[in-house]
Amino acid sequence: MKPTHTLDRVSDTSIRITRQFRAQASLVYDCWTKPEYLRRWWAPLTRGVSMLECDADLRPGGAYRYVLGGPAHGTFAFSGTYRELTRPTRLVYTQRFEPMPGEAVITVSFEERDGATTVVADEVYPSKEALEGALATGMEDGMRETYAQLDELLAAQGSGRTPR
Amino acid sequence: MVNTFAALAEPTRLRIFEFLAPRPRSVGEICETLALGQPQVSKHLRVLRDHGVVAVEARAQQRIYSLRPEPLRELHDWLEQYRALVDERFTQLDQVLAELQAAPSPHPPVRRKRRSTP
Repeated sequence: MKPTHTLDRVSDTSIRITRQFRAQASLVYDCWTKPEYLRRWWAPLTRGVSMLECDADLRPGGAYRYVLGGPAHGTFAFSGTYRELTRPTRLVYTQRFEPMPGEAVITVSFEERDGATTVVADEVYPSKEALEGALATGMEDGMRETYAQLDELLAAQGSGRTPR
Repeated sequence: MVNTFAALAEPTRLRIFEFLAPRPRSVGEICETLALGQPQVSKHLRVLRDHGVVAVEARAQQRIYSLRPEPLRELHDWLEQYRALVDERFTQLDQVLAELQAAPSPHPPVRRKRRSTP
């Protein structure tokens, strides 16, 4: 049976993702940090998005940047800095989806037992809107722009302002 | 959620939706302010009504359209979208992990117990 992940919105501003992988923690940790491995799984290839650039300075205070793109998508990037790198059990880093403002703080733990590793990723965003913007990066082609417009309209409606 | 999106994916309907956001409007107002012909506006309003995005009320001789809040709230549930993306990534990671463990590398394959047949 294919493993499934859990993804829960634990508060207005944070989500928790849990998933088990059949590998040692050191390998899973390396897949989460090393560009040569990240390039192979982080971009959703079935959607025609690939990783164009992947740089990471794997030290506390070090910066990383992933640039993704595809013919239907243009290019977009995620970037941030590492706060903690404790191989193979824990990672803490910030993440920004350029050009949106605000950074999330992401804490990933890797717990190995009987040859399998359980990964728990906690993503904490500076605001409800920032979290929803990040969730919106999961959207299918063509929907993102319309949702962005809708989000503005809904926010305007909620506040009573006239939208653009 | 898919229905609401489908209703709003057309540019003119999105303009009408935007125009209705601050307050209800009559068909006449919509036509005049957005510089659209009545048959076209009526057609789009029908679609929006069929998808539950707008409601209509008769006031005197006018038909007044307003936004319904329920379908709009559904659009905020983007968790499902994100779940699908995360699922794809993890499926790809499963594959990468399997390949890395199969190849000769610093990471030896994970030793698994033999499964007993049921």
